[in-house]
Amino acid sequence: MSTARLWRENPSRYNLAASKCGVCGKVFFPPRNVCSTCHRKSIGKMQQLLLSGEGEVYSYSVVHDAPSQFELLKPYVLAMIRMDEGVMLTSQLIDVDPKKVEIGMRVKTTMRKVGEDGPAGVIYYGYKFKPIT
Amino acid sequence: MREVAIIGVGDTRFGELWDMGFRDIGIAAGLAAVQDANLAAEEIDALYVGNMSAGRFIEQEHVAALIADYSGLARDNIPATRIEAAGASGGLALRQGYLAVASGMHDLVVVGGAEKMTDVGDAMAAEIQSSSMDQQWEVTFGATFPALHAMIARRHMHDFGTTREQLASVAVLNHLHGSMNPKAQFQRAIDLKTVLNAPPVAEPLGMFDCAPSSDGAAAVVLCAMEKARKHTDKPIKILASTQASDTLALHARSDITSFKATHVAAQRAFKLAGLEPKDIQVAEVHDNFTISEILAIEDLGFFPKGQGGRAVVDGQVSIGAKVAVNTSGGLKARGDPIGATGVAQVVEIVSQLRGTAGKRQVAGARYGLAQNVGGTGATVVVTILGAT
Repeated sequence: MSTARLWRENPSRYNLAASKCGVCGKVFFPPRNVCSTCHRKSIGKMQQLLLSGEGEVYSYSVVHDAPSQFELLKPYVLAMIRMDEGVMLTSQLIDVDPKKVEIGMRVKTTMRKVGEDGPAGVIYYGYKFKPIT
Repeated sequence: MREVAIIGVGDTRFGELWDMGFRDIGIAAGLAAVQDANLAAEEIDALYVGNMSAGRFIEQEHVAALIADYSGLARDNIPATRIEAAGASGGLALRQGYLAVASGMHDLVVVGGAEKMTDVGDAMAAEIQSSSMDQQWEVTFGATFPALHAMIARRHMHDFGTTREQLASVAVLNHLHGSMNPKAQFQRAIDLKTVLNAPPVAEPLGMFDCAPSSDGAAAVVLCAMEKARKHTDKPIKILASTQASDTLALHARSDITSFKATHVAAQRAFKLAGLEPKDIQVAEVHDNFTISEILAIEDLGFFPKGQGGRAVVDGQVSIGAKVAVNTSGGLKARGDPIGATGVAQVVEIVSQLRGTAGKRQVAGARYGLAQNVGGTGATVVVTILGAT
């Protein structure tokens, strides 16, 4: 992936920038320009919202077979996390024993290296999650 | 809209076809279908090709023109169109061909699906396949195609009590069916232990819960119903061909234990066909992972939500049950050459309705259904066929 493609998403990858529909209040992550419920009524009324960074595990998997860039992390825990604002996202769970992960577990975001664009490419950062202890 | 019939089918063996390139498999399936329909090349009005990613698998785009060229149809300068919707490319190509004939624009259309996956290594094949998910917001963070399905499985287990053994039973059954299909990639029956003891891919799914990478192609010939009997005594009628979409990213849905696009496409299809789930005797569903078949048989309305796993274990989708599912072996055992899969499903249903499915024939099959999925349910195509 090109550097520009990654960098233009930095506000959401670094700070969990989401959007909220000014009509119905529904929250979207990543941000959207149009609300999928209110359609054209929402145009120009989507507001930026920073997610609090806390949520709970909705589902998870321990990944053993992964692309080369995640080779050193294997096995790692991938999870879908329902944020307290109601929106869901996909991320890795870290600092946790994979056997102790469960649905409903409370987690919070933490800034980590997410990947790199090949051995000589740009390193990119973003959110991962760890248990709230 | 006119009624549309399938008057010819053809397919290649699925598997690691080292001696055949993309154009070889595409042409082999296409010619078999055209011969089956007793057609002359000059009768064909248009070609539709389902293909997910020839650009990345073999660095060749523009594959509809390529197939038209090498099949000997290009000299007639027929329109040739490539259709892409990830895993649903084949089913969607069929739907485009169906619409072209139903509308009256064309009388005779060939629909093919093809994918050549083994010219790249396993790791690259998996990476290409993952581009059917949300690259920016799923894949970047470590999501793999098996991992997203593993999370569907985990949640289904949590919400409905579906068990690891029930998931594994899907693979056992589809391998049994594959053992009766001489064109399947895997023609060996396996037992529950083999599935349960296989190396983990993304827990709770292991190697035998996942469909393989495959090379293969399949094709069908569509004809206006009013002209079909000129070509065959046994035209198979397309009673419905429907399509629905959903969010690209799995996490953008409020519930992942069901593919809403399957439900919506099926509802539309049953309404158009004037049928109900209980009228279907044979179905090909998109079992790219064991959990996918459980979701499919629930979302299509064959079984109540949460009962799919039990239904498989109880033999309710085996040959001889009220509805036989994935008699071809499904994606799991027959193989999954992505763009070919949706067309191959329809080839299997046609064989069943014609009564030519050999050892795996479902006695007296009259109505059949195919469900073809792209990504994690972001595109679903449902086709209902009827014997005439």
